[in-house]
Amino acid sequence: MERHLISAADLTRDDAVLVLDTAEELARLADRPIKKLPTLRGRTVVNLFFEDSTRTRISFEAAAKRLSADVINFSAKGSSVSKGESLKDTALTLEAMGADAVVIRHHDSGAPHRLATSGWIGGSVVNAGDGTHEHPTQALLDAFTLRRRLGTGRGGDLGGRRVTIVGDILHSRVARSNVHLLSTLGAEVTLVAPPTLVPVGVHAWPCEVSYDLDAVLPTSDAVMMLRVQRERMNAAYFPTEREYARRYGLDGGRMARMPEHALVMHPGPMNRGMEITADVADSDRCTAVEQVTNGVSTRMAVLYLLLGGAALGGAPGHAAENSAEENT
Amino acid sequence: MGNTDNTGSGAPPADGAPGRPVLEGPDIARVLTRIAHEIVERAKGADDVVLLGIPTRGVHLAQRLAAKLAEITGRPTPVGSLDITMYRDDLRLRPARALARTEIPGDGIEGALVVLVDDVLFSGRTIRAALDALGDLGRPRAVQLAVLVDRGHRELPIRADYVGKNLPTSLRETVRVQLAEEDGRDGVLLGLRAAAAADDER
Repeated sequence: MERHLISAADLTRDDAVLVLDTAEELARLADRPIKKLPTLRGRTVVNLFFEDSTRTRISFEAAAKRLSADVINFSAKGSSVSKGESLKDTALTLEAMGADAVVIRHHDSGAPHRLATSGWIGGSVVNAGDGTHEHPTQALLDAFTLRRRLGTGRGGDLGGRRVTIVGDILHSRVARSNVHLLSTLGAEVTLVAPPTLVPVGVHAWPCEVSYDLDAVLPTSDAVMMLRVQRERMNAAYFPTEREYARRYGLDGGRMARMPEHALVMHPGPMNRGMEITADVADSDRCTAVEQVTNGVSTRMAVLYLLLGGAALGGAPGHAAENSAEENT
Repeated sequence: MGNTDNTGSGAPPADGAPGRPVLEGPDIARVLTRIAHEIVERAKGADDVVLLGIPTRGVHLAQRLAAKLAEITGRPTPVGSLDITMYRDDLRLRPARALARTEIPGDGIEGALVVLVDDVLFSGRTIRAALDALGDLGRPRAVQLAVLVDRGHRELPIRADYVGKNLPTSLRETVRVQLAEEDGRDGVLLGLRAAAAADDER
């Protein structure tokens, strides 16, 4: 694992499994009287959010606080960004305040990469969603949820599992990150969407593409429904919402055609009645709420692995070897 | 232990030098039986004893001790594991480490006599971290420490209550504990660490 987490594609299988295993141990903290660890005491994590978010920002904040880091929340609204400050000047300000890690969400694809490679800041950069590019921690928490529910435990990956991702692939950073991470972990990913919402160049991705949801459902171990991102749509991608919901929405009838053990996943926020009906969203098979819980453990794992060790640490996989050798 | 080196236990020898055996399988069994009897004696029956092993080999030792205690007292003894990685004082000196499992027995440690179990006592920093970790889990009546080998060179005011074998060592020596659960055989080996590594570490 590098010093930054920008793209799920940067993670090797061993990196990803290490994050999931670490998250697995950290999840057990939830049962303890004191849900806090001293590990990142004295380190500062800045949540730099240029775009609205509830789940992700709160999740990162909770994760950093449970590791005893100091958290500074920065949202573009009500900051100097609305006065026209550039990303560079904002970054230099954060650097001057001594940020050890910057968790950034930005409406432009590539902003976290720019921040990480520009030399403006010395700390780690964690991508919390950039434009329509990537959202790697979401993919990690989805993989964590899948691994837990589908029963491959510690050290395991998702070898041979079939995951279907349905909906607005074109605008979805969650789909991009998941395609990379889940295929790295050995899962077979199928994307299902109207042809207009399938990105150009998808043939180069490690996944299949289908336009027929009903054909894919019976062989899926998990179906991940994506929100139709109307705020990013500047053209008519499908005729009506009703037609979209009829062809690509998940309702009770479709869920019944999925295998008994199969999960329904949703990264949130949900548009009930659009991509998912209320009865499916509220069923036991829908892991949306569990995904939020798992998000905190997964982000703790990421922050720990990026910040917990030596400042310019090498690969955590290597660290795992060392710790096994080391004398306790 | 909290040292940055791997001169304590468990490490496969870097250069293949096996080292000189100081305890063999039967010795380890005898030593654990004695420690179990000492625990029962000092805890006046060991009614409220909870054994917590420090991963990796401490956990196996704790489980073996629990079996011996059950033989002596006729009651099962709660046994678990305590991972101290997140409490180490040398985290920043090395790349982030993988975590091990913390498993607290069902009834918890509140008001119990917790006996921490580790394979080698060296600098004492591991035990310092374990005490911190324990403080976040509850408030035991008392905490004691059982180790298979005490090799000296303490860097903190910490001592063991139950010691399998006192083994005076030099810092250039390595102590390697092997347990059947982890290494396929039981034994404690005293070796000499590669000179280059030694200069590197200290």
